Amino acid sequence: MIENRPVLNIASHAVLIIGIVIVALPIWITFVAATHDPVRMTQAPIPMLPGGHFWENFTQTLFGGGLSGTESAPVWRMLLNSLMMALMISFGKIAISLLSAFAIVYFKFPFRMGFFWLIFITLMLPVEVRILPTFEVVADLGMLNSYWGLSIPLIASATATFMFRQVFLTIPDEMLESARIDGAGPLRFFWDILIPLSRTNIAALFVILFIYGWNQYLWPLLITTETDMTTIVMSIKQMLEAAEQSPQWNIIMMTALLAMIPPVFVVVAMQRLFVQGLTETDK
Amino acid sequence: MASITMKDLVKAYGNVEVLHHVAGEIEDGELIVIVGPSGCGKSTLLRMIAGLETITSGDVKIGDKIVNDLEPAERDIAMVFQNYALYPHMSVRENMAYGLKIRKIAKDEIEQRVQEAADILEIREYLDRKPRQLSGGQRQRVAMGRAIVRNPQVFLFDEPLSNLDAKLRVQMRLEIRKLQQRLGVTSIYVTHDQVEAMTLGDRLMVLNGGYVEQFGTPIELYNRPATLFVAGFIGSPSMNFLPATADSGILKFGKAASIPSANHAAGAVTLGIRPEHLVHDDAGPIKITVQMSEHLGANTLIHGVLEGTDTDFVASMLGHVTADPGSTMSFSALTENLHIFDAASGKRIEG
Ligand SMILES: Nc1ncnc2c1ncn2[C@@H]1O[C@H](COP(=O)(O)OP(=O)(O)OP(=O)(O)O)[C@@H](O)[C@H]1O
Ligand SMILES: [Mg+2]
Repeated sequence: MIENRPVLNIASHAVLIIGIVIVALPIWITFVAATHDPVRMTQAPIPMLPGGHFWENFTQTLFGGGLSGTESAPVWRMLLNSLMMALMISFGKIAISLLSAFAIVYFKFPFRMGFFWLIFITLMLPVEVRILPTFEVVADLGMLNSYWGLSIPLIASATATFMFRQVFLTIPDEMLESARIDGAGPLRFFWDILIPLSRTNIAALFVILFIYGWNQYLWPLLITTETDMTTIVMSIKQMLEAAEQSPQWNIIMMTALLAMIPPVFVVVAMQRLFVQGLTETDK
Repeated sequence: MASITMKDLVKAYGNVEVLHHVAGEIEDGELIVIVGPSGCGKSTLLRMIAGLETITSGDVKIGDKIVNDLEPAERDIAMVFQNYALYPHMSVRENMAYGLKIRKIAKDEIEQRVQEAADILEIREYLDRKPRQLSGGQRQRVAMGRAIVRNPQVFLFDEPLSNLDAKLRVQMRLEIRKLQQRLGVTSIYVTHDQVEAMTLGDRLMVLNGGYVEQFGTPIELYNRPATLFVAGFIGSPSMNFLPATADSGILKFGKAASIPSANHAAGAVTLGIRPEHLVHDDAGPIKITVQMSEHLGANTLIHGVLEGTDTDFVASMLGHVTADPGSTMSFSALTENLHIFDAASGKRIEG
């Protein structure tokens, strides 16, 4: 739809700007809150302009004990934990689903479709549904309070397998035949041809999975008991309830701000590939 | 360089047999065209030779080695696909080098071979481009380059020109022929286009419904088609067929018309006459009711039916000939240009 009428132009810009303001306002308030001292944030009306305590709040949040009067890990530690978890989940998911899609599309083995449907059925079993048995398994394997425990139960992924299967099915058979004539074995074909051809899809999936992993709340809450292993998303919630005093908004908001940075960075860095991966169809 | 032997090749999918006991020998350096209508099994046969399709029974020999159980890469062949099947993420150079790299050939030798092939095919300036930055004809050249660098015993082509426009097709056809003669590599070329087949092949294998109808030189196929199918398939416009009765050297057809023949056949036959072998002759035995004429410049095609019947008939006359629709034209044909086939089996009956 390409129209070129000035009124329509102004109207559509207005709508977009209103939308952006609505979405951006909470983020702005978060930022403003992170730049004031704790006392200012408890007085009404809340400030709408930044204050002068940004660096102070920043260092206290990132390297200090976070909230004063509690014994939580410093926020850099939580960021690191979250990052490890998100990366392990996204790399793990991508690796496993690439391989299983490869097997299902390119190899003939008994019960191939059976396996495919088995994988498919796990779509109906997200972590929340199987949380007790999964917890039991992870606990028995001694993986509580570890990166493995945080990520492995979230790695198996029917969605990603399904997506890569669709991607592989769009690659013409001649590509495989050409590679066979060139003398490429299955693994070579996988590395040299399939992976590069799915590059944009892998990138798009990485963005989605990184954010999925980063935002995990329930599972880390269950299996981490040591403060050293807490992730940032679960901690924000705990900070609100911590101590019987009124919430220290400046620290909490600074933590929230810090928690936003890695996903934003991933989205921005991978934006081009991400959009290509979701829209490009021709191989 | 090597010869290829197909011995009793059968291909079945489940219990549907799509190729029936195909046999034939291809000599060293020969270019064979496998031709036939869509679905007749051309690609399947080629892919069995390439090793991309399993062999249900029979043998494929390249040189003196039975290759039934060898992987495609071990058969020392190169194949050019209809849609080129270039690797989209690799440059032209990488595409051509990939097979050599896998075979662990030294880097500078790979580079040298790629350069040579690029020179032959005149694609030097595209070496660093990606396939998507090339036109169809250029991609076709790259696909051939990829085949050449491997220096194989056998080239296999599966309708390599059918995605190109008509003019480019003619040009590339000539180039493929020249290239093949220059390199002297035994080649098998699949097409459904009979003109391509006739101009390109040293010999043609005509397939129909999974059976080999005839295997011979283009001239043999044109002059002495072994079956009705080959007779109708080779030549354009295609041969006219008239139901006829043979009796001691006389062929009776249509409404009380007859023509002498040197053939010993007797009983119900099909008489075949090529449109270009008809001679306008007012006393001729073949009378046509004209329906319309097509003027092609160099010649005129006269379409009609055999007088008094509804058997379609086409005559090709040199130059510009006028014929009014509804009028009657008479033709004769030389005895040696009459093809006689058994009416039941469709097999050629020899003099
Ligand atoms: N995987 C398959 N399973 C069953 N039948 C098949 C399979 N592949 C091909 N066939 C059948 O085998 C026959 C020959 O197919 P083939 O692809 O060799 O035809 P072709 O002569 O190359 O035709 P075209 O000119 O259209 O490419 C066809 O009738 C087709 O339906
Ligand atoms: Mg085919």
